[in-house]
Amino acid sequence: MPEFSKPTLEYVELLPLFVVFGAACAGVLVEAFFPRERRRLPQILVTVGGLVAALAATIWIATDIEVHADGAARGLVGAEGSIIVDGPTLYLWGLLLVFGILGTALFAERRLEGGLSSFAGQAAALPGTEAERLAATKGLDHTEVYPLLLFAIGGMLLFPASGDLLTMFVALEVLSLPLYLLCGLARRRRLLSQEAALKYFLLGAFSSGFFLYGAALVYGYAGSVSFAGIDQAVRAGNGDHGLLLGGIALLAVGLLFKVGAAPFQAWTPDVYQGAPTAVTAFMSAATKIAAFGALLRLFYVAFDAERWSWQPMLAVVAIATMLLGAVLAVVQTDVKRMLAYSAVAHTGFLLTGMIGAQGTGDLAIGQYSSLEGVLFYLTTYGFASVGAFALVTVVRDAGGEATGTAAWTGLGKRSPLVAGAFAFFLLSMAGIPLTSGFVGKWAVFTSAMSAGFWPVVLVAIGTSIVAVYFYIRHIRVMFFSDPDPDGTAAVSEPSLLTVGTVAICLAATVVLGVVPGPVLDLVGSAGDFIR
Amino acid sequence: MSSHLLLTAAVEAEHHIPVVAPTGADGVFSLLWLIIALPLFGAAVLLLGGKYTDKWGHYLGAGLPIGSFVISLICFFSVLGRDDADRQVSQHLFDWIQTGGLDIGMDLLYDPLSAMFLLLITGVGSLIHVYSIGYMAHDPRRRRFFGYLNLFVAAMLMLVLSENYVGLFLGWEGVGLASYLLIGFWQHKPSAAAAAKKAFVINRVGDMGMALAIFLMFVTFGTLSFSGISAAVSAGDAIGALDESTLNWIGVLLLIGACGKSAQVPLQAWLLDAMEGPTPVSALIHAATMVTAGVYLITRSNFIFELAPTAQTAVVIVATVTLLWGAILGCAKDDIKKGLAGSTMSQIGYMMLGAGLGVAGYAFAIFHLLTHGFFKANMFLGAGSVMHAMDDDVDMRHYGGLQKLLPVTFLTFAMGYLAIIGFPGFSGFFSKDKIIEVALTENLLVGLCALLGAGITGFYMTRMMLLTFFTKQRWEDGVHPHESPAVMTVPLIVLAALSVLGGVMLAGDWIVDFLSPVVGHAAHEEPPLPAIVITLIVVLVVGVGVALAFLLFQRRDVPREAPTDVSFVTKAARADLYGDAINDGLVVRPTGQLVTALVASDRGVVDGAFTGGATVVGGIGQGLRRLQTGYVRSYALSVLGGALILVLTLVAVNL
Repeated sequence: MPEFSKPTLEYVELLPLFVVFGAACAGVLVEAFFPRERRRLPQILVTVGGLVAALAATIWIATDIEVHADGAARGLVGAEGSIIVDGPTLYLWGLLLVFGILGTALFAERRLEGGLSSFAGQAAALPGTEAERLAATKGLDHTEVYPLLLFAIGGMLLFPASGDLLTMFVALEVLSLPLYLLCGLARRRRLLSQEAALKYFLLGAFSSGFFLYGAALVYGYAGSVSFAGIDQAVRAGNGDHGLLLGGIALLAVGLLFKVGAAPFQAWTPDVYQGAPTAVTAFMSAATKIAAFGALLRLFYVAFDAERWSWQPMLAVVAIATMLLGAVLAVVQTDVKRMLAYSAVAHTGFLLTGMIGAQGTGDLAIGQYSSLEGVLFYLTTYGFASVGAFALVTVVRDAGGEATGTAAWTGLGKRSPLVAGAFAFFLLSMAGIPLTSGFVGKWAVFTSAMSAGFWPVVLVAIGTSIVAVYFYIRHIRVMFFSDPDPDGTAAVSEPSLLTVGTVAICLAATVVLGVVPGPVLDLVGSAGDFIR
Repeated sequence: MSSHLLLTAAVEAEHHIPVVAPTGADGVFSLLWLIIALPLFGAAVLLLGGKYTDKWGHYLGAGLPIGSFVISLICFFSVLGRDDADRQVSQHLFDWIQTGGLDIGMDLLYDPLSAMFLLLITGVGSLIHVYSIGYMAHDPRRRRFFGYLNLFVAAMLMLVLSENYVGLFLGWEGVGLASYLLIGFWQHKPSAAAAAKKAFVINRVGDMGMALAIFLMFVTFGTLSFSGISAAVSAGDAIGALDESTLNWIGVLLLIGACGKSAQVPLQAWLLDAMEGPTPVSALIHAATMVTAGVYLITRSNFIFELAPTAQTAVVIVATVTLLWGAILGCAKDDIKKGLAGSTMSQIGYMMLGAGLGVAGYAFAIFHLLTHGFFKANMFLGAGSVMHAMDDDVDMRHYGGLQKLLPVTFLTFAMGYLAIIGFPGFSGFFSKDKIIEVALTENLLVGLCALLGAGITGFYMTRMMLLTFFTKQRWEDGVHPHESPAVMTVPLIVLAALSVLGGVMLAGDWIVDFLSPVVGHAAHEEPPLPAIVITLIVVLVVGVGVALAFLLFQRRDVPREAPTDVSFVTKAARADLYGDAINDGLVVRPTGQLVTALVASDRGVVDGAFTGGATVVGGIGQGLRRLQTGYVRSYALSVLGGALILVLTLVAVNL
């Protein structure tokens, strides 16, 4: 019987994970020990404190990570090979924590609902019953959303950092389960919200099954679940190639589901629409960042040698995703659904960048690698998306948020600031020059182009034009249409939390568009994955 | 290199290629920038200051050019005190454009050529500003008028003071803009707006040539400063390393630019319409200064033209055609300003002819330019005074017998008249005579054309004189002609004096010597006939023209309405020799048809593709939308199908 040896953990390098999960557990304790009406402030403090501390730790680690033994990347392999802290991991951690903080601010917003949060007062009460009304009149609030958010963020941090398939699966579940719950907690339109949560859960579980099955097949091929081991096996080329191909496809299903790529995108509009908008805002940015991080690590590290197989596969997915997202966004009449389909289209653009993977020797000097392009695109898209959804929360009528396109007509005349900011985010998503979206699109398109995937780039440019159409159409609705006399929405005055979030997103979108240099350098200095 | 090229180079080297090699600005020349800055400041104050400057704006507007004139005068006298070799001064203001190989400074160049122009622009300009105080007294937008006028003066000064082609082009476009604004100053009149647009569009054609010339020069020489290019040309000429065809192209492109600005055939059609602007504008911009910019350009670029014989020939041809063209137009116009405009076109033709004739002619071209600036401004302002008296009627057939009622205007106009026809002793006599003499020396045919032009000039100017001031009065009862106020007549008197005395500049060949550092000294060539004989012939030909006009108009009654049963030539001349019809047929209508066709194809093809595309996308979207059933089971099915597709693609790739 082999002797049990104590695993070593790199406490310093894994500090952000420990802090976030620790804060989440502390949040659970707050729920247990604080009286209901006094929980909100401690929860917010714990959440923000944990996230800020984790962000500080991430920055501190990033300032002195060392070059890894293989010489190509910086960082280290930790937790007995199951967690990898390298440049891309740290960049993604930083990004996720920033969006976590912004998401917390949106969660904590209470002025828009007249002193209540946008989450259900008592989730267990059936919609439309006496209990629900009672919870509303007593001003009940679910403060569990904060620990749930922290657990989700913890999973997201682990997801792109995982060093083997099992850790990646665990991370997938850890990030998904709290999100399923959060999606069902809307204060208004609860049935829609609960339906969305259930759909998300069922389909998520379904796709997790694919991921697991794929993991099993790949293990069968490689005899290892660690990415480094799989990489070696793939390079050696022994074993049943069919197992490997099946494994790649099924693993891809699990991850492409999370990023909302076609044909696994069906949940996206329903969930984006049904979930509380604060959750949608957070999810649209953070889930995409974490899942793309995982996709990149899996395909760039474990299956790097099999690139010629999966690049065409992802090219097909990318084309389908862009077309579907852009075309369906054209016919939407709901702002949240329109943004959801636009998120699908952006997944396609990101995949376009991802298939631009090339060996380091193939890159021209000074050219950004596809990894850098995708990371930059995630940054720009994240800020634009969070900002846009945050603005959706402030456009309201008697029934809560007014998400119908018709309600937004003439908003530019009534609230030029809100409509102007929203228009700016849309322009950035459309990729108009001098906004961050343009630089991001440029980065991913050029990397796909230089890898020789010009048909995908052609489709990407075509769909960008379609996308410009529906973004601009919405801007026209806001600024150049006469408002519907009955039932148009007005802008409610939000608190500083939402205003600050929007302001940060706006500033980031402007700065990344006008002077993208520093962030591009940062992305560049993140370097490559540890293999 | 072939021996033939070497031989050519040796022959060409006999030419003197003047090199612009200025010294740094010191003393009074450090104030050069102020000459431009003063009117520019006036334009800024008047145009930005709005109605707060209404009360005193015109005094400021008239005062600042006078300031520029004073500085120009001081500069002129101090340059007179210098040696020939020391008469080029440049002032570096700041680095303007610095990118890669392009390095352009905001540099000013003061030399005898720009000195003459400065005096003309600021001197005549100041007089016209003063005149305008009276002429525009009742116009509610007088302040704006002075703002535009100052803008024009600043741009024109920039044009003649710049040390490189880019700065020259800046001024070139600036005067074009000011000209556009001032032609269309009475924008409520559709004819004025149309005339402004026409001038602008035709000038764009010329400007395109100018811009191309600048690009070509940069490509060829790698620099755009006068000193740099002239040095490069001179050095290249010395070793025979110049490509003559390139220089010819540069010259022809510069000529196209000059044709646009100076209303030379074939870009002449805008000048007559430009008379829609207020009369002081016609006097300043469309007679004395801006329209002579083409002559300046060619004289300034003498280092190019001296080695570009084909381009020089083109200049001579254009000039000869134009001087006859304008003269013929002048004979048939009943509108006093349009008659003068035709005459301007013709006189600029003489200047261009002089400039095209090379070293022998440059100085006389500039000399004629200066005298013409005096007498034509004088006559335009006189015409304005007449119009002022006749309730803004411009038809000469409605005038007659005004010499008693408008004595000052009549006398000053008469001075201008005698100058332009070349009455011995008056300024125009000396300047035109010299050009004809050089033309006869260089090429007999061109010289005869110039001689004929002088005769026609005598005819149409006499006709104008007679119809306006002599013959029987033909105005209607409601009109009460009166002399203009002093603010208008004083400038007339000054200009009249200059028209008479301008010829002194030729005394002892002073102007030829003065300009020689810029344009070079011509080797003396004997004209085919003794100079005095040529002069006598010119006077004789002019006399014939005058007598003919006298017979036709003084002896007979002049009908109030223009007769229609006239000869083919008159009809053609009345229709501007079909210049507009030619433009219409060759350019306007084909362009219009092209645009119509493009619009139709835009509607049909581009819009069709777009709306069709949008419809198709919308239709596909509506179809795809049905897939979004909302049922988890169908979503799960699509996940399953997707997984299948992924597997299949992977397998397909690996087959």
